[in-house]
Amino acid sequence: MEKNNQIHNFTLEESAKALKSGQCEPSDFYQALRKRAESVDPKIHAYINYAEPSSVPSANGGVFSGVPISLKDNISTQGWETTCASKILKGYIPPYDATVVRKLKEAGAYIFAKCNMDEFAFGSSTETSAYGPTLNPWNPEYVPGGSSGGSAASVAANEAICALGSDTGGSIRQPAALCGIVGLKPTYGRVSRYGLVAFGSSLDQIGPLTKTVKDSALLMNVIAGHDPLDSTSAPEPVPDYTADLEKSIKGMKIGWPKEYFIEGIDPEVRKALENAADTFKSLGATIKEISLPHTPYAVAVYYVVATAEASSNLARFDGVRFGLRAKADTLRDLYFETRDLGFGREAKRRILMGTFVLSSGYYDAYYRRAQKVRTLIKEDFVRAFKEVDLIMTPTAPTPAFKIGEKMDDPIQMYLSDIFTISMNLSGVPCMSLPGGFDNKGLPIGFQLVGNFFNESKIFRAGHQFEKASPFHTMKPKI
Amino acid sequence: MKYEPVIGLETHVQLKTDCKIFCACPTSFGEQPNKNTCPVCLGLPGSLPVLNKKVLELAITAGLAINCHIAERLHFNRKNYFYPDLPKGYQISQFNHPICAKGFIDIALPSGTKRIQITRAHLEEDAGKLLHEGIHDGSYVDFNRAGVPLLEVVTEPDLRSSDEAYQYLIMLKAIMRYAGVSNCNMEEGSLRCDANVSVRPVGTEKFGTRSEIKNLNSFKAVQKAIEYEIKRQSELLDSGKPVAQETRLWNEERQVTITMRSKEEAHDYRYFPEPDLVPFTVSRAEVEKIRKSLPELPQQISARFQKEFGLSPYDAEVLVQDQRLAQYFEEAVRSGAQAKLASNWIQSELLGILNERKLNIETSPVSPKDLAELVKLIENATISGKIGKEILPRMVDEKKTARQIIETSGMTQISDEKLIAEAAARAIQSNPKSVEAFKSGKTNALSFLVGRVMKETQGRANPQLVNKILKEKLEQAV
Repeated sequence: MEKNNQIHNFTLEESAKALKSGQCEPSDFYQALRKRAESVDPKIHAYINYAEPSSVPSANGGVFSGVPISLKDNISTQGWETTCASKILKGYIPPYDATVVRKLKEAGAYIFAKCNMDEFAFGSSTETSAYGPTLNPWNPEYVPGGSSGGSAASVAANEAICALGSDTGGSIRQPAALCGIVGLKPTYGRVSRYGLVAFGSSLDQIGPLTKTVKDSALLMNVIAGHDPLDSTSAPEPVPDYTADLEKSIKGMKIGWPKEYFIEGIDPEVRKALENAADTFKSLGATIKEISLPHTPYAVAVYYVVATAEASSNLARFDGVRFGLRAKADTLRDLYFETRDLGFGREAKRRILMGTFVLSSGYYDAYYRRAQKVRTLIKEDFVRAFKEVDLIMTPTAPTPAFKIGEKMDDPIQMYLSDIFTISMNLSGVPCMSLPGGFDNKGLPIGFQLVGNFFNESKIFRAGHQFEKASPFHTMKPKI
Repeated sequence: MKYEPVIGLETHVQLKTDCKIFCACPTSFGEQPNKNTCPVCLGLPGSLPVLNKKVLELAITAGLAINCHIAERLHFNRKNYFYPDLPKGYQISQFNHPICAKGFIDIALPSGTKRIQITRAHLEEDAGKLLHEGIHDGSYVDFNRAGVPLLEVVTEPDLRSSDEAYQYLIMLKAIMRYAGVSNCNMEEGSLRCDANVSVRPVGTEKFGTRSEIKNLNSFKAVQKAIEYEIKRQSELLDSGKPVAQETRLWNEERQVTITMRSKEEAHDYRYFPEPDLVPFTVSRAEVEKIRKSLPELPQQISARFQKEFGLSPYDAEVLVQDQRLAQYFEEAVRSGAQAKLASNWIQSELLGILNERKLNIETSPVSPKDLAELVKLIENATISGKIGKEILPRMVDEKKTARQIIETSGMTQISDEKLIAEAAARAIQSNPKSVEAFKSGKTNALSFLVGRVMKETQGRANPQLVNKILKEKLEQAV
């Protein structure tokens, strides 16, 4: 009984162990988390809905046998409404599971809850959700970040053991930073996108949001790998991501890109990064200043490429086959009314931008040019990783901002992704991990960027950092 | 003024695969609506396309068969537009880099062979089909065709008449069938054609303004619509009115083209590279392998028929337009029939007989071997051609061989000179007037006497012999 009161605090590692050893039953986990969620979720609104008790599977002997996992609501779940927090998908029940869901189920896990998010992942604060905003568990006056704000907040508030989110321009890492947890965007192509409702197809990756670095590695062991249903998934073999965790990082070279430490960066964020650098040095790593010269163009390039892809990806929400259908007398009105009622302001804004940059006469000036600069940004990383093992940067320019603060200023909102976007444009793996707190007690995160398909090195440095720092053990009082 | 038409054709050829281009759904025709569908071809959120490798193989085969260059890399693009039969709101197609380019097809015209240049042939997925008929509460969509693989073959504006367009289509269809890449069945939608038509004053170089004609459901419709359009445009120009650049629909019932949309209403398709399908290198070894295994194509067979069997170019071209016909002919010749005779008997007799009975060369009860036997019987004068013409329909209807019919009906030709001489003597004896007429130099009197002998022998006497013997007898009498 004592134990059951603690279950919600468990890491994934502890949960899997407790279930495997028979110390706890799958139903204990369901009940503990459900109880916790019922007490904390009304305060933060991280979840859209929960699984029924009947959906708890019996133990199957898999590595995650009986483990509940929370899922961003843009990942398809067979028989369970998947809405992307948009009115336009109200009532849409996928007839199939996303590949990551299938893999989790095969490993014995089940989906415990669907998490709130920015509508179609368009946002950095989870305020654009049709279900209303998620609040930061550390202080409900602040945003949890986004777009995977529900996933991040549920893990931070210990109403989830771990969660999956998706990251197109920072949507896993930025909320992880703002909520004080670990969030990984894997290498593009490392995790199957099959079943992830597409936003920017060439940028989207599914990844874990966890309480520890090791949990992130454990989740990746299950969800990574080639998927014949996703042509963009990579054939590279998947290593055991936990294998190198305990290895020393002595001699490791960590790059410090000067373009990420510009004026205007929050002094407390900068301080946290300098402290993290000191920790790495104390572990035997060296910090080396490097240059990623095309960094200043990343936001501009991103908002051309991502919106172009989004405008096309969202064309299928037309009221013809699923989801919302407006009453209309003509085909034209059916399209106009359905999309007008179904999409929120930010979704409409991005569809308009994307349609514009692809339009005849503008394509070369915007989309083609953006793709060229994207190549240069990628080359920055290729060059940098000839010199260093990892790169460290801030995750977000500031800690969490207040609810409503940036909702009327899209440019300011877009700039909160300024440090996360380049990794999506280039495809490199990147993890945000807790690196401190500001004077208001809000978490600050920092990023470790790895070379293509070298998540292992990120996990190793991240795990060693965790062993030498207290931040990941600190929990919001909620 | 006299005008010269300038015509280009865009033909959609359905590639003959078991599965759709981007999913494993069957391509079978005539199924219940929406039976052949899955999350991918329904465009459900989160689903992703994966290229069916067979489609690429067939596209390369088709491209080589029409003398095209095969692209070094395979690129797909999204063509964005809204229509209820288009599940994703975009069609996956090819834009700047078609799989096949710069080829040609030689067509047979009464004036000789004409080379029609092929601009390109690109891969794309088919859309679904709207159902209106017999439905009173709206329209329905059948997505069975959505995702069926198509190769769009585009010609240069090289065609100068509706007959040339017709001959081009006949030859394209023949080549695609020989190459085994398509059934090219217009009724089942596996071949569809749009025509671009313009006219210009004879002797001028500059192209006139063109209209694109859609909804052409048969080769005849293509011919008719082009003729109508040439007339319409010529009359416009003659009356001093300009031709509008527009898309027009062929109305089969009224035999006219009508405006579908003007240039101003044309879609901006916002083509951009399909991010879900990464471009990949088309293996040169694979292309060469396919080139080596190409079957014999119509032009090659036509040349061979002319060389080996001494057929006229026209006879050969007509035979090779239908692979089954060419095979039938060749089998008949291989079974011993004289080629020219076999060609005549197949083309001027057998096809007509089969057609009247709603049969075709494939369902013919008369096998090539049976036909060869008939031709041989005529060739060695066992029966006359006239008898042959009587026997052939009976062979079809009674499913008997020529020999069986002849033997049971006593129809063999009489070549016994003694028997013929006796009949000739009787004819001379009972027709003294004709003998007189012959003596006075009226040579048609001989024909009359030949006819008497043939009648007496029920057409079985060898006409050459009758002629010879009668002549001898009459000259003796003089």
